[in-house]
Amino acid sequence: AHIVILFGKRMKINLVPFSCDPGAQPHKRRRTSEPIEIEDRLESLICRVGEKSTSSLESNLEGLAGVLEADLPNYKNKILRILCAVARLLPEKLTVYTTLVGLLNARNYNFGGEFVEAMIRQLKETLKSNLYSEAVYLVRFLSDLVNCHVIAAPSMVAMFENFVSVTQEEDIPQVRSDWYVYAVLSCLPWVGKELYEKKDVEMDRLLNQIDGYLKRRQKIHVPMLQVWSAEKPHPQEEYLDCLWAQVQKLKKDRWQERHILRPYIAFDSVLCEALQHNLPPFTPPAHSDDAVYPMPHVVFRMFDYTDAPEGPVMPGSHSVERFVIEENLHCIIKSHWRERKTCAAQLLSYPGKNKIPLNYHIVEVIFGELFQLPSPPHIEVMYTALLIELCKLQPGSLPQVLAQATEMMYMRLDTMNTTCVDRFVSWFAHHLSNFQFRWSWDDWADCLTVDNEKPKPKFVKEVLEKCMRLSYHQRIVDIVPPSFSALIPAEPMFQYKYEDESNTSLPGFATAVTVTNAIKNRASNEEILAVLKEIPNPNQDDDDDEGDGFNPLKIDVFLQTLLHLAAKSFSHSFSALAKFHEVLKTLTESDEGKLHILKVVYEAWRKHPQMIAVLVDKMIRTQIVDCAAVANWIFSSDMAHDFTRLYMWEILHSTIRKMNKHVQKIQKELEEAKDKLEKQQHKKDSGDEEDMEKNSDDEDGQLEEQIERLQEKVESAQSEQKNLFLVIFQRFIMLLTEHLVRCETGSVDINTSWYKNCIERLQQIFLMHHVIIQQYMGTLENLLFTAELDHHILAVYQQFCALQL
Amino acid sequence: MSIKLNALFSDSYIDISQYRDQHFKGNRYEQEKLLKQSCTLYVGNLSFYTTEEQVYELFSKCGDVKRIIIGLDKVKKTACGFCFVEYYTRADAEHAMRFVNGTRLDDRIIRTDWDAGFKEGRQYGRGKSGGQVRDEYRQDYDPARGGYGKLAQLQRTPEAPHKF
Repeated sequence: AHIVILFGKRMKINLVPFSCDPGAQPHKRRRTSEPIEIEDRLESLICRVGEKSTSSLESNLEGLAGVLEADLPNYKNKILRILCAVARLLPEKLTVYTTLVGLLNARNYNFGGEFVEAMIRQLKETLKSNLYSEAVYLVRFLSDLVNCHVIAAPSMVAMFENFVSVTQEEDIPQVRSDWYVYAVLSCLPWVGKELYEKKDVEMDRLLNQIDGYLKRRQKIHVPMLQVWSAEKPHPQEEYLDCLWAQVQKLKKDRWQERHILRPYIAFDSVLCEALQHNLPPFTPPAHSDDAVYPMPHVVFRMFDYTDAPEGPVMPGSHSVERFVIEENLHCIIKSHWRERKTCAAQLLSYPGKNKIPLNYHIVEVIFGELFQLPSPPHIEVMYTALLIELCKLQPGSLPQVLAQATEMMYMRLDTMNTTCVDRFVSWFAHHLSNFQFRWSWDDWADCLTVDNEKPKPKFVKEVLEKCMRLSYHQRIVDIVPPSFSALIPAEPMFQYKYEDESNTSLPGFATAVTVTNAIKNRASNEEILAVLKEIPNPNQDDDDDEGDGFNPLKIDVFLQTLLHLAAKSFSHSFSALAKFHEVLKTLTESDEGKLHILKVVYEAWRKHPQMIAVLVDKMIRTQIVDCAAVANWIFSSDMAHDFTRLYMWEILHSTIRKMNKHVQKIQKELEEAKDKLEKQQHKKDSGDEEDMEKNSDDEDGQLEEQIERLQEKVESAQSEQKNLFLVIFQRFIMLLTEHLVRCETGSVDINTSWYKNCIERLQQIFLMHHVIIQQYMGTLENLLFTAELDHHILAVYQQFCALQL
Repeated sequence: MSIKLNALFSDSYIDISQYRDQHFKGNRYEQEKLLKQSCTLYVGNLSFYTTEEQVYELFSKCGDVKRIIIGLDKVKKTACGFCFVEYYTRADAEHAMRFVNGTRLDDRIIRTDWDAGFKEGRQYGRGKSGGQVRDEYRQDYDPARGGYGKLAQLQRTPEAPHKF
């Protein structure tokens, strides 16, 4: 308990931290009472108000307001900064802090005014820094201050009017005006009632303008962001459309909103005596080219009131309560994602939890984030860990809701976006691995009755493959009913081409034996190359050269043998690649060589896709193959039968990521060298005698040379990166066009499982690497995504462009 | 802009623990400095049968794994229930501390901790019998870790009678 003495009056604020995180360090006690300690204590008091306590929230707020008022003479700036920070960083406790500010304003009018000014400054800065979600929280905070009699309603309406007038600006990206409309609408659950009571004519005009804007804005991007393509059972609505429907319903209900916790109501008699401030006129900062507005999103819904049959009713999809609950749960995750136990505890202690089926909301919000397109707000594994913590804290109820959700998502696999299916597969397998792989597989026996390429059996296959990677083959055999045997992954064994005596007739068999012995006898790279020289080249009729050109048989014999000897583990295989790096580089000098080595790796390890992935990764990193070779291999006709398997796409995306990281790394080196040069020249210019004595000219020259080299390196890397994307997009276009033409001429429906998979994989490339791809839009549009393209394929490109327009 | 609010956003899962490697060549300060920058994790409480592949699969969920070194019994040269996982970046290793530490691998709750960096020799158990120290003294029966602890094993099996 914090006991604070305030002008002779003892104020006891009982704060009970309720999350006992074993990982947390015990709070160090300081021995002396210094200003720094008081500042820390102020921060702690303010941050913790509103958490579980033996006293009521009202009495804690009253007490804290008293403490802060007393500290204003000495710590005003610190208190201002803390309050501005909680407004920006703790949106889930919005009304707690607006009430606090209201109480302070009632006691100290000037402080209220200074706080409002500080908030406006902070709002300007967040907008300039592209921190749009935080900016929304600030605007919402300001609007709730109207309810606390800190800000006069007419001035808030005026700010909203300025926001909405952004919709009249010309030549701006749609995402800009979207944000300003969103900011206004998302405040209305908190302050709609009050604003309508004071300024209904203006508010009606505002809403009409918004209505007009929403009707004329384009929504080409929506299909690309939907988790399910089906409208039933829940449409995946564009976020502004959904919010608009919720606000309209709220208006119809005469702005009666009962979910939001409003501590200021208890203080109404005090607060209505306070003098209000007018917001200064706020002009939205002009659009600039380096502004990065938030991307549009789709509202994820999987539950409605029929899914939670017992207990409190789930608010409807267009109720404002639903919006507020979801907002708050998202904010809690945003605040606490790093500490999964705290995050779970905070989610489960959501205020007002007894009036809603909280477990369902939590599960829905978590899956909404996990499946969000283009990408989840946080790393995927966080959500797995969080759900496990939630199951631990609510073992009697949450696992059932999670099982229900899993079942529902399984049922709707046919219309689920392929990228989301990937994440569903990864999550489910990882989750099962924490619960002894217990699952009622028999409930999913329907997946055995359809073709294996259909979404449901495909899902089960991929899940079992991932489960096997986290355990072992026999375990998987043991956990599924015998009827599922067709979906069990292959045992991950090496397929040695030159295995037994029956293969002696294979070309290269004898050399394979020689190579095996040579390696066992610790032959050097040169010795191995010498042995391989004897292998004839099946591609050439006569040995016109030294035999150093691309020879697929050499690669076959050497690599099959090497990998066979090293098949025991990843480490063994990596050592092998490292030891004979020279041989491999020689064999794969040409593009054909690079492609062939991938073929050989596949042939040898086709039953162990995980091994293929790590070998490809290693070979890229050690420059035995390049990224374009991997892309060409993935799209080659040899790999067509595995084209829809998850492991192929994991390899491709990992390859693209390595390419991107490589470019970033060199760009960073270039920036650092440029900075260094600038600093050196700055020193010279400042005419510091001591520094000029050093060989600064030489150093400059060296640095300039280095910068030139790095510049070339960056250009070359970017060129390689652009080429990689071109190759990938080209191959997609070829494959898809082929399919579409074939279907058209055969009068067959284009919508096969393969087609859905392929076109969504194309979408996935755009979505997962959108930042990089946006750099190359010009080239893509001129070379590939032209008007001549089939409209099905072009639509994907157009939807992608629409994401930032 | 405004302040960071240390009271709020703790990230305690990535803090360094109390463990310090007694064989570390350097002082406490140097070791702590390395721990705070490290991209390498010690992983403990593995089953003796947990494979490199399984470790790769799990830890890859936090980022690209640079290498894995399976801990070995110094005498038998077989897996003895721990390993090192090295990432390319610190950020990825931090994710593992936040989201993999304390979850299951091969049905066992595993524990991750910062490591100052792999050095040749650190892949061997330091227990007298060749395995990990913890397996020397534990009294419980753990089938995935060789059954009873080494000391307990010796106590259980009476010594064979000496031949004359």
